[in-house]
Amino acid sequence: MRGQPLLSTVIHREKMAAAPVMMPYFGQQISSKSDLVPDWTRQEVSTGTTIMAVEYDGGVVIGADSRTTTGAYIANRVTDKLTRIHNKIYCCRSGSAADTQAIAEIVAYQLGFHSIELDEPPLVETAANLFRASCYRYREELTAGILVAGWDKRKGGQVYSVPIGGMLVRQPVSVGGSGSTYIYGFMDANYKPGMNKEQCMELTAAALSLAMERDGSSGGVVRLASISEEGVERRVILGNQLPKFSTH
Amino acid sequence: NRKLLRKSAPNMLHSLNSYALQPGGFSFENSRRNAVLESNLSQAGYKAPNARKTGTTIAGIVYKDGVILGADTRATDDMVVADKNCMKIHYIAPKIYCCGAGVAADAEITTQIMSSNVELHMLNTGRPPLVAMVTRQLKQMLFRYQGHVGSSLIVGGVDVTGAHLYSVYPHGSYDKLPFLTMGSGAAAAVSVFEDRFKPNMELEEAKQLVRDAIAAGIFCDLGSGSNVDLCVITEAGVEYLRGYDKPTTKGKREGQYRYKTGTTAVLTKTVTPLSLDVVNESVQIMDTE
Repeated sequence: MRGQPLLSTVIHREKMAAAPVMMPYFGQQISSKSDLVPDWTRQEVSTGTTIMAVEYDGGVVIGADSRTTTGAYIANRVTDKLTRIHNKIYCCRSGSAADTQAIAEIVAYQLGFHSIELDEPPLVETAANLFRASCYRYREELTAGILVAGWDKRKGGQVYSVPIGGMLVRQPVSVGGSGSTYIYGFMDANYKPGMNKEQCMELTAAALSLAMERDGSSGGVVRLASISEEGVERRVILGNQLPKFSTH
Repeated sequence: NRKLLRKSAPNMLHSLNSYALQPGGFSFENSRRNAVLESNLSQAGYKAPNARKTGTTIAGIVYKDGVILGADTRATDDMVVADKNCMKIHYIAPKIYCCGAGVAADAEITTQIMSSNVELHMLNTGRPPLVAMVTRQLKQMLFRYQGHVGSSLIVGGVDVTGAHLYSVYPHGSYDKLPFLTMGSGAAAAVSVFEDRFKPNMELEEAKQLVRDAIAAGIFCDLGSGSNVDLCVITEAGVEYLRGYDKPTTKGKREGQYRYKTGTTAVLTKTVTPLSLDVVNESVQIMDTE
């Protein structure tokens, strides 16, 4: 990749703090309210979204809907918002599609490099901190709400939430995205510590279905994944197979 | 306050960052001045020129042997057709082509830059390019420009790993799907795909499907029109079908609509001669094609 000056400078000098050099130069920002900017710059691709991650003893279960919108048009109805960062570390993306895809790619690179240096699988906490570093430093320019989840041998299954603004907090259960507001009550009522993997899967599928039913920016299929010491297992639940609730 | 600091003391900050942030991208220094000028102009009754957009319907599908890309051929300048037969399917690599929508100049230049980068990458690595590589470079470049490069692209091609189709948006996000449409006529075209697309279609059926999708855009979207261009990419090579279908050519009149003289009976006839002198006579040939 010799055509890319940014990446080659990073390798020779600082390794972990690659975030500032790899991000675009955010120096000049047009505020679209006061200046006359062309309208096509405003129509950004957003993931709308409902995302969720749950810890269980031995791993994590993550889930997301599959809708990406540009204004009122659904640009992709089968999006995969569960993005692989490392073998046993995934992230759930919400917010701007461009911002989250770019950040996830940068963090995946940084984590891969770090893992090779360590000669060991990386920690989930490391991945979460890399996300937090980029999301906090460029908080004014980015719109990204991310759930980092995975398994490592030091602390087992972990879920870290990095919402818009760049906070980092570990939680046993976390939901995110525009549809998450509709399922806080459901989560508080139905999550119990000590659930096993299948129970977590059912809880996630049910919660996502409820959110997708109510939130216009969420929909499509439910994508689930479970990450544990054994590996990653992915599932898709199609529209007609989603759990049904009474108000239909 | 972070921004103020950058504007007033740029040199100091650069010395702090020894691995300097890459200066570049667009300079927005004149934006405020331009906005003021434009508002003054519009008060006086003039309008600043707009960037020409391609209006556009572009589409792509993955079929049994590869990918088929399709596009209309109209370029618009607001509500005027600037080019009736422009080429929206651009060459990137021998078996990778790219359809461009959005701002015409941005789409054109972006694809040319990509084509040049791909060539260099091929020479550096000694390998034929992957569609994923083209997509990655495109999206990293567009993300760097934060959406100000207004090109929406559909990248399709065949490489050693198979046939792939990606869409890339101006802000730098991408989607990988078996069928895609973009541009102002995207909604019209995607409805055709959602109805009739099947995985692993045969060549003729697939070509007809893409043609129909673009035709839907041509007829149902004001920003798209003229002809359908197709580009069929397979393992064996590329077939660029410029002007594959011209659904908007004037039809042949089926019958005669002139009535015979004498069909309508003349009841009265009054002739009033007008005395006029010919002052000037000139002939101007109109371009009717």
